[in-house]
Amino acid sequence: MSNGQSGAGKPLLECNDLCISYFTRAGEIPAVKDFSLQLYPGESVGIVGESGCGKSTVAMAIMNYMGANGGIVGGSIVFDGRDMASLSPEELRQLRGGDIAMVYQEPMAALNPSLTIGKQLMEVPMFHENISATEAAARAKQMLADVNLPDPDRVMAAYPHQISGGQQQRVVISMALLSHPKLLLLDEPTTALDVTVEAGIVELIGEISAKFGTSMLYISHNMGLIKDTCDRVCVMYSGEVVEEGPIDTVFNAMSHPYTRGLFGAIPLPSADKRSHPLVAIRGQLPLPHERPRGCNFGPRCDFFDAGRCDAGDIPIVDGAHAMQRVRCVRWQEIDWASHRPDVTVRPEEPAGEEVLAVDEMRKYYTVHDRSIKAMLSGHSVRHVKANESITFNARKQETVAIVGESGCGKSTFAKVLTGLETATDGKIDFDGVDISHVPVHNRTPKQLGSLQMVFQNPNDTLNPSHTIGAQIGRVIKKFGVETEPAKIQQRVMQLLDAVKLPRDFMWRRPRQLSGGQKQRVGIARAFAGNPSMVIADEPVSALDVSVQAAVTDLLMDLQRENKTTLLFISHDLSVVRYLADRIVVMYLGQIMERGTTEQVFAPPYHPYTEALLSAVPIADTSVTKKRILLEGNLPSVLNPPTGCPFETRCPRKVGRICEEERPPVIEISAEHRIACHIPLEELAKAEPVIQVGKAAE
Amino acid sequence: MTETTATAPRESGAMRALKGIGLLRESGVGMTGAGIILFWLIVAILAPVLAPFPPNATLVPMLAPGGEAPDGGIFLLGTDHIGRDILSRLIWGSRTVLFYGIVATACAYAVGIVMGLAAGYFGGIVDEVISFIANVILSFPVMVLYVIIISVFGASGINIVVAVTFASAPGIMRIVRGLVLDLRNRDYVAAAQTRGEGAWQIMMVEILPNARGPLIVDSCLRMGYVIITIGVLGFLGLGLPPPDPDWGGMINETRTMALIFPHMTVFPCIAISSLVLGFNLLADGLREVSLRD
Repeated sequence: MSNGQSGAGKPLLECNDLCISYFTRAGEIPAVKDFSLQLYPGESVGIVGESGCGKSTVAMAIMNYMGANGGIVGGSIVFDGRDMASLSPEELRQLRGGDIAMVYQEPMAALNPSLTIGKQLMEVPMFHENISATEAAARAKQMLADVNLPDPDRVMAAYPHQISGGQQQRVVISMALLSHPKLLLLDEPTTALDVTVEAGIVELIGEISAKFGTSMLYISHNMGLIKDTCDRVCVMYSGEVVEEGPIDTVFNAMSHPYTRGLFGAIPLPSADKRSHPLVAIRGQLPLPHERPRGCNFGPRCDFFDAGRCDAGDIPIVDGAHAMQRVRCVRWQEIDWASHRPDVTVRPEEPAGEEVLAVDEMRKYYTVHDRSIKAMLSGHSVRHVKANESITFNARKQETVAIVGESGCGKSTFAKVLTGLETATDGKIDFDGVDISHVPVHNRTPKQLGSLQMVFQNPNDTLNPSHTIGAQIGRVIKKFGVETEPAKIQQRVMQLLDAVKLPRDFMWRRPRQLSGGQKQRVGIARAFAGNPSMVIADEPVSALDVSVQAAVTDLLMDLQRENKTTLLFISHDLSVVRYLADRIVVMYLGQIMERGTTEQVFAPPYHPYTEALLSAVPIADTSVTKKRILLEGNLPSVLNPPTGCPFETRCPRKVGRICEEERPPVIEISAEHRIACHIPLEELAKAEPVIQVGKAAE
Repeated sequence: MTETTATAPRESGAMRALKGIGLLRESGVGMTGAGIILFWLIVAILAPVLAPFPPNATLVPMLAPGGEAPDGGIFLLGTDHIGRDILSRLIWGSRTVLFYGIVATACAYAVGIVMGLAAGYFGGIVDEVISFIANVILSFPVMVLYVIIISVFGASGINIVVAVTFASAPGIMRIVRGLVLDLRNRDYVAAAQTRGEGAWQIMMVEILPNARGPLIVDSCLRMGYVIITIGVLGFLGLGLPPPDPDWGGMINETRTMALIFPHMTVFPCIAISSLVLGFNLLADGLREVSLRD
């Protein structure tokens, strides 16, 4: 975190009552209303909000890069004493990439795939400062070193696809910094990256303002990231800033019901699914042209006061703390201490008998290399070891989470389990029958019905061509739950009730539904065949924060009612900590650690678990984390390390043994296993990574 | 939490189709195309009513447009070298071209879609075999294929359909295959697989309906090509056997006199061009509309 000199001197960037609209066939759609912001030199301000709240529109407006159908309809943007609206296209061109630089979400899309990175980097100073190619090359190389990229010479000569996603994002950041911008706009710079890679980028962003004195506007949907990178934060909801202030104030003394709701909906370390469950914000984000009169959050707010909250535009007013501003007419009246949101406390229920037992399961994919070179050398067949020696079990009514970053083999495992792929070796006993080698078309309807899946992408999970009712009905019919059309329809309606959707949704098509609603339908479909086990593959990761909690809750409620085993696949340790009973940590196709949630989140840790825990951004200022940054990249699955898969990035590597031998599985207790060469006594000495209650750094 | 939303009306297939046409109304190009096609469709359906003379009756040869018939009628577009009314032949000829155009395109699509679905969905050896056959067919010049097929099997309506299907199906197969390769990786396909649906059920119910957008646009374009093809076959004497009216055949029969009596060739040419143009404009309009939302 940088030391912002808030309040000192003249602001670098000033947005005054900015209103931005898009003009579509349906008419004018106000994207951002009444946005004001002062950004001082060297300061970092975060803009946090859910999709469609207008946060990216603000960034585009600051760059004055609105596209053909967008425009600033009111207010002004003053950058460095100049009104952006008065600049000519040529002046704007000089400004963009010069004094204002931007880092985008998708690094691969921000880099030109057909030019070497060196060429793309050199362009910046050569265009903005008219310097020679050799000087530009030297500057580019220096900058690559400054963003902590190993071997800048190699990176300069590489094409974007030859380096990893995290490295690409570092290149994009270095490109933005090359022109010594006064203002850096970061639009979700780490959303496309894995957590351990994200942690490195966040660290870098924190260093930038200290090193270069750059002001930053950090746009994100993730409160934890904002906490780690910014001095102040603006919380946006549906086109308006609802609350702004210094990080500590907004995170600890928030005044707006939406901010409060947001913090209640994210799984902080203090949340627990039984004693301290998440509180979902009811309803969903209004579409820009369907915003209510008065307070946009009104329809979802527990403190809605008809007559005041829907009377007219709500102005943003000074809050109780220094520099805090709130857009709520009732913020002083609300008594948060006595506010008890109605939440269901789930009683703890003991897990039942074993439903799933995976024993030494292996899944190798064969890759045929058809190049002449490979044929000559005789190495034309290679194996991708997607899953290696997977062993764990799951009991009735239990939630087992599989955690790992992209490429760790968790989705492959789900495919083998559902029969879309068959295992290469090993056993998977499900309800007492080995299904590891039974492909999906050879499974009995009962086996199929009792093992169903909830998918990740809400836009992909439902067939856009069929109605919701037809899609759920098909499952009911297929698994023989009901056969008569009238009864099927009855059952569809019951399922819609169960996932808390209106019954007339059965006539709708997926495009008429929001992401959260689609995901609910996906859950209803999975539960339609009365499954004994549901595999949920990142079911909420594509949803907005305020909707995530509701969908997670729903999944857990249905699981409890139906006594279903839930296999929850995720990369998000916060969610997993909240809902899982047991956790399996995977890396590069292998299990690194498994145990109950408490065991995995407390020492002894596997070094990878430790790094993973440290990398998760936590939106709680009372939490201190041990900082463990992983070096290097995920090795290719085609060519994994022969010894421990984590050996190439492990900060606690013992020595040659890690490179040469597969680590032994240490049995710590009946449930808890760690695969590592480090002796248990050594591992047990580790301090907890996440500590709650200590004062912030 | 309940997500309260206004109740949506039930949407039937017919209503959705109407909505589609409603969208097309916003595209001027598309509406022009649709108008031209509609015009020819009406002409074809009402041919017995609209045509002033029997199409094959030899009346007064080589009359210029506006010439008078013996019974007092007027040959609006003149007559051809053996005295048949060109307007009547054009009107009746529209039946031929539209009927065989639509039937041939539909057959080509039926074959192409099945091939493309199988190749894209099953992949592996199925894909390789189908793609190989398709590539072999596509490597022949189309005209040569037509000439070979028609001269072997003889000139008839059915054989036009066979020839067009044979030559067009591989191209359609390639489009469908490409779409399927993308669509088969969707989660809803995986969901259908995990509930044990059969392969053809998945292809026809889960995949094909979602590929319809590009296929509808392509089918309009392809209709245009097929109409040209039918014209060309008629011109080469490989179309419908005379004396039934056929636009391509009309051009062929009179082309040697085109310099002296241009009306005999020009009007059938205009008829073919306008219909092809209509389908191309409609395809453009559909593409424009489908890209918009």
